[in-house]
Amino acid sequence: MTTVDTPKVTEPTPPSRPGPVRTVLAFLRNTWRGLTAMRTALVLLFLLALAALPGALLPQRALNDPKVEQYITDHGWWGQLLDRLQFYTVYSSVWFSAIYVLLFVSLVGCLLPRSLEYAKQWTAKPVITPRNLARLPHHVHAEFDSDQDVAEVADAVRGQLRGWRMRRDADGEGAARTVSLSAERGFLRETGNLVFHFALLGLIVSFAIGKMFMYSGQVIVLANGSEFCNSGVLEYDSFTPGLRVDGTHLDPFCVKVDNFTATYLPTGQPLTYGSDIEYQSGDDLTTNTWKPYDLRVDSPLRTAGDRVYLLGNGYAPQFTVTFPDGTVRHGLVQWKPDDTSTMLSEGATKFDPPNVTNASELVTRQIAITGLFAPTAAYQSGLLSSTYPGLTKPGVSVDVYQGDLGESSGTGQSIFTIDQSMVADGRLKLVDKANLGIGQTTKLPDGTTVRFDDVQRWVSLQISHDPTQVYVLIFALLMLGGLIVSLTVKRRRVWVRVSRTPADQGDDAGRTVVEIGGLARTDQAGYGEEFTRLSARLVAVAQGQAVTSGKDS
Amino acid sequence: MAVNEMLAHNSQYAYTAAVTIYVLSMFFYLAETAFGRNAAKAAEPARELVAAGGVTVTGTTTTVDPDADTGTRGSRPLAERLGRMGVGLTVLGAVVHLLSIVLRGLAVDRWPLGNMYEFMSFVCLVAVIAWLIMLRRFQIRRLGAFVLIPVFILMFLGGTVLYTQAEPVQPALQSYWLVIHVTVVSTACGVLLVPGVASVMYLIKGAYDRNRSRFTRIGPKLPSTATLDRLAYRTTIFGFPLFTFGVICGAIWAESAWGRFWGWDPKETTAFIAWVVYAAYLHSRATAGWRGTRAAIINILGFAVMIFNLFFINLVTTGLHSYAGVG
Repeated sequence: MTTVDTPKVTEPTPPSRPGPVRTVLAFLRNTWRGLTAMRTALVLLFLLALAALPGALLPQRALNDPKVEQYITDHGWWGQLLDRLQFYTVYSSVWFSAIYVLLFVSLVGCLLPRSLEYAKQWTAKPVITPRNLARLPHHVHAEFDSDQDVAEVADAVRGQLRGWRMRRDADGEGAARTVSLSAERGFLRETGNLVFHFALLGLIVSFAIGKMFMYSGQVIVLANGSEFCNSGVLEYDSFTPGLRVDGTHLDPFCVKVDNFTATYLPTGQPLTYGSDIEYQSGDDLTTNTWKPYDLRVDSPLRTAGDRVYLLGNGYAPQFTVTFPDGTVRHGLVQWKPDDTSTMLSEGATKFDPPNVTNASELVTRQIAITGLFAPTAAYQSGLLSSTYPGLTKPGVSVDVYQGDLGESSGTGQSIFTIDQSMVADGRLKLVDKANLGIGQTTKLPDGTTVRFDDVQRWVSLQISHDPTQVYVLIFALLMLGGLIVSLTVKRRRVWVRVSRTPADQGDDAGRTVVEIGGLARTDQAGYGEEFTRLSARLVAVAQGQAVTSGKDS
Repeated sequence: MAVNEMLAHNSQYAYTAAVTIYVLSMFFYLAETAFGRNAAKAAEPARELVAAGGVTVTGTTTTVDPDADTGTRGSRPLAERLGRMGVGLTVLGAVVHLLSIVLRGLAVDRWPLGNMYEFMSFVCLVAVIAWLIMLRRFQIRRLGAFVLIPVFILMFLGGTVLYTQAEPVQPALQSYWLVIHVTVVSTACGVLLVPGVASVMYLIKGAYDRNRSRFTRIGPKLPSTATLDRLAYRTTIFGFPLFTFGVICGAIWAESAWGRFWGWDPKETTAFIAWVVYAAYLHSRATAGWRGTRAAIINILGFAVMIFNLFFINLVTTGLHSYAGVG
């Protein structure tokens, strides 16, 4: 929507110049009125929808930070401008927040008067019967002879309107006596409407509180009985705290990953992932009792107020390096899958030489085994690829480097790669290339041997904590309930006036006249049919006929 | 977990047959529109006078819908017979279509909503059924062709570009929440197609009403703007809560499968946008100056966002919902 209707809030300008206080008050009042007008709410709704859109189209830091950096690099000044305008952090940006705060205020401003009005209506009686019922959209006029007096007829009709909010008025005396009924139904509609909107407020508030006190983190754990304990931020590979979380006082619990199993179709499409884990929390921590749990993709472990998810998996090749002096070192480090459909993985397993104490010697003899791992190896002209994600014929294609890994430079290193600048500087040299199956060995020029021993699986776990998500769910369900009620319940009115034809009408004098008028208060269609049925019944009852169905649907 | 090839093939035949039948019934509707007289006469309050046993009852009921009871009895003109045949064919098409979905489910031994082809097929079936249900309440047979056009386009794309071989789904989708969430959301999407089409027709009819020289071919044949507006509203108030429920189910599923109930994943974001737009539609119908044309535009916008969500987010962006199974 490009046209924006600003609500016209015109205050009559007083003839004399108002004082500053009054000007400020008028301004505040006008702002409040403008903000709480339905049109403003509509415009704000559109702005909210529009503002949320970039979040779906542009990469977002919260979801994929490297992708954002890539996007900025690819788009030059345009990418940087978007960055400055917070387009990569849409949902925490100033402008998005501004819109929803305004909408929130608008909602509160709309709900307050409506709640008061609702409370008033709750106690108030239905409106007085209009003089001319024939003007209403639905109208029935019936005349008949009746022994009953006007009040009795009206009471009989009233008996048919049980469940309606009712008001009865009587006017005139004797033959000129008129009794009118004003009935109203569907008050629940407004109830549902208010429930929906208040639940929406509740949902927004609990969502915001949740964002303050939540935390989530990810960690890779080898599926060979390795443990993870939620004792601090340092235990995690990555950690995202809420605004009020500093990483201390996390809910204490531990998990031990015993194994990981995946099943695949012959095509390589995964069928199931599962991991047998054990956990301890609460008193179990002091007694060191482990409880088993079958962790699956969509059934997280819920313990100690946190949830543990099985997020991903991969392989960790195990190497043994035997140095020329006979010392043996084992290396078991997770490699990351490059292609999740074949689980072709890459990584770097790093070794320090044994019995070396001085740093200058250390940095000439460090070893890194890098390259590719395939769970089902296939070689095409010497290049390793994987044909299947399951572990049937594991193989590695490795480049072995020797020299300075650059770990003392102070900058953090990825566990999956080596520092390429060290290679460029010539301080880390490629000494060997080999394709190895399990149990196969390659020998480096200095006599060191590298053996590909075995493969372990690892799982990546996500630990999440959100104290308010239950309330968000409750409010969401309340919203749904309120919405359904407010959209299905029809608000409608029916008026009945019972009188007698005046004495000056000759033959027709003294006949009973029943007039019924109907009005649907909301733009619900279909009231016509209901009115036709209802009025037919009311007229029948007015004539003293027995009516079977006592209640109108 | 093997795929039953025979059932999968038959499912495909049924799919093609359903599309063909839909196209055929579309021609019947178009023929009715072409041969039929102009639809709506001016709104005239139906008056009835019943006098029996000394009781006089007179009544007026101004129906907002002038087309509500124009059904003529007795011998039916050719155009109407053509239209009725169209409806019959549409019902047949829907039955064959349902068969295709059931066979697909049996072939892969899972709920048949695991990739975009299946999703689109289901959305279209729901749209057709929703339209058939509304047809019982409103005199909207002439809209048949216009409802079937998007259905045909979606099914054609689904059967060609987006077609995916029958196969089981990945672990993240093997949950009963898939059944609930995806079924509810796609039902809502299908239901909301009807008000989307009705709103487009509303704009055409509105333009024709304002200026009789525009849309002279279909303008006179369409139901009144009041009918179209009511049709749109009545279907939306069914589809919108359903969509809300679908999103809530999705959040519950996401909480147990992805570690959070809401994460601004592109699909989630676009669903949020669609929800906000439909909320705006409901509000606009209660706001002076926003009823009618503006409300219709908002409704179309809402459905456009739903379709955008279905195509763009599945095919172009990569998010957690990229299960299209395409490419």
